[in-house]
Amino acid sequence: MSVARRLEGKRVCICAGSGGVGKTTTSAAIAMGLAAEGRRVAVVTIDPARRLADALGIRELGAEPVRVAPERFVGHGIELRGELWAMTLDPKRTLDDLIGRLAPSAAARDEILANRIYRELSSAVAGSQEFTAVAKLYELHRSGEWDAIVLDTPPSRNALDFLDAPDRLTGFLEGRALRRLLAPTGLAARVVGRGTGVAFTVLGRLTGMDLLRDLRAFLGAFTDVLDGFRERARAVKALLSDPTTTFLIVTSPEREPAAEAVFFRRKLREASMPFGGLIVNRLHPLSAEGDEVDMEALAADLQGDERLARKAARTLRELRVLARRDAEAIAELSARTGDPDPILVPQLPGDVHDIDGLVAVHRWLFASDAERARMLAEAGF
Amino acid sequence: MLELLSKPLVVVTGKGGVGKSTVAAALGLAAAARGKRTIIAEVSARDDVWQVIGDAGQPSTFIERRMRDRLHHISIDPESALEEYLHDQLPRGVSDLLAASRLFSYLAAATPGLRELLTIGKVWELAQERRRTRGGKPYDLVILDAPATGHGVAVLAAPKTFAQAARVGPVARQGSIIHGMLADPEQTAIVAVARPEEMPVNETLSLERALRDQLGQRLAAVIVNGMLPDRFSAAENERLAAAPPSRAVRAARTLAARSRRQRAQAARLRRGLAGVPVRSLPFLFTPTVGAEDLDRLARELARS
Repeated sequence: MSVARRLEGKRVCICAGSGGVGKTTTSAAIAMGLAAEGRRVAVVTIDPARRLADALGIRELGAEPVRVAPERFVGHGIELRGELWAMTLDPKRTLDDLIGRLAPSAAARDEILANRIYRELSSAVAGSQEFTAVAKLYELHRSGEWDAIVLDTPPSRNALDFLDAPDRLTGFLEGRALRRLLAPTGLAARVVGRGTGVAFTVLGRLTGMDLLRDLRAFLGAFTDVLDGFRERARAVKALLSDPTTTFLIVTSPEREPAAEAVFFRRKLREASMPFGGLIVNRLHPLSAEGDEVDMEALAADLQGDERLARKAARTLRELRVLARRDAEAIAELSARTGDPDPILVPQLPGDVHDIDGLVAVHRWLFASDAERARMLAEAGF
Repeated sequence: MLELLSKPLVVVTGKGGVGKSTVAAALGLAAAARGKRTIIAEVSARDDVWQVIGDAGQPSTFIERRMRDRLHHISIDPESALEEYLHDQLPRGVSDLLAASRLFSYLAAATPGLRELLTIGKVWELAQERRRTRGGKPYDLVILDAPATGHGVAVLAAPKTFAQAARVGPVARQGSIIHGMLADPEQTAIVAVARPEEMPVNETLSLERALRDQLGQRLAAVIVNGMLPDRFSAAENERLAAAPPSRAVRAARTLAARSRRQRAQAARLRRGLAGVPVRSLPFLFTPTVGAEDLDRLARELARS
């Protein structure tokens, strides 16, 4: 089933999967395809290839999507009846902006932004890109300005980072015991448990940092923001589980990304989040024609060059090894993710980091089933 | 390439999916074949190398296990590293109390750079002639299969960052010692693995800059993994272009085009890394990389 059919009635499309499988290009091609159908679409990308970013005009990290000028598509064989907007996520700014919106005053905001614990949580912890990506998604969705939003996700090995993102920060902060113990006043402050006292003392002595002070200051400043955060995390989770949201899992047939795709599918199921299907990029399609090559005919096609014919036949044999490997991988992926008919996109001959590349990927993603079957047969080795 | 293996520590880094673990394993095999007692360390509880070379035993973390003669493996997770570190530094009762404390593990997780420091600290420990781990025997060579690039630099820079932030206390002191080893090209060789494609090449070029800025180190070598054969001459390519598009002709054209793009990317990499040795490993037309393939790559590395 084509991406167009899979995304009917959807307002949010999240492309998940491991890095290096063409996820960003796929996200951009999907967004472009939805815009071609007449929708007003925003695509949020994370760390796009420089030339893809240039092609879309989003080299700079941004806080809001910018319109991709329609002229950029002229002469590339696609017409956008709607509008394509794009941005490259700036994770730190997105989180800082969110704090700014939730903080009761400018002073409270500044205190949080300057705190060492906050800076660690916001920039170094692996969850923060995931967190900010969904935070941005939520903002865009809530603005009501978009018919569809396509989200490219950070290349993370641990898919949980993404699904857990809304819970992560609040989970840490909500440890009630933690907050009570750290509250600057009150009975609890005076009867701090012995184990806790030791924990702070030892960590402080080992690291030479006054964590207790930092943490207390952080939580003091953060308490006012926390309710907003918690509310936000709930709303984001609801959006991720909404029937108008869908997750597409992007992978290549190679072992590691495929294993990650299966893992991510399982996590989606466990979290009751909607799975829209599997996209397998960089495929070597397998022809039904078999291994036999008519060497005489091949040499004749090559102006009688028999040596070249042998080299070409050898190349075909080698590509068929990969094609068979891919076919097996797809059968297994299909069985294990429960998508009987994944969308297959071959390894494309050209470069996919420009508008022509997006158009080429788009053709595969948005082709009808019959068209795609024909294209695969033509491309098969 | 073999002179790399004379250092006590080789760090193999690169973007995810470029075959970093494959290269780390091949280097390990090459070193063990030359009589060096070697250990390959994977981080964040990964065990890709173990899956290919080790026997089909259960995955486990933080245990040094033998895979072949002279070739060992460990999968390092920061939680176990923290536990070991506490036991090493503190009286038994206190360390047990802390190891069991949820609050302590929260705090440790929130402490800037501590996870990275503990991970690299364990790698450092493995590379010591006098091991701190009870019963631990020394290795001639430790090969770290580092996390994907961005985070890889964070791991390597953690000791320095920490030593500067903490200033006093045992961690600051130990951080300086570990940093001293990582920043010394005589003791630590940092090897980047890249595929000859746009994004991995970009990432490798920025890795070189980040290493210089954050660690004062250079790349000891770059290994371009998965080079397709440059099989057809210009005249042959013309004949292929003129021929009807049968499957074999399309296959040949596909390979030629991909190989051309790869070579352009490899050339861009070489230009951007003047002075750094760049070696390549061939693309393997095999369904999965098995132990024999790794042996073959180890021989290729030994030759280059």
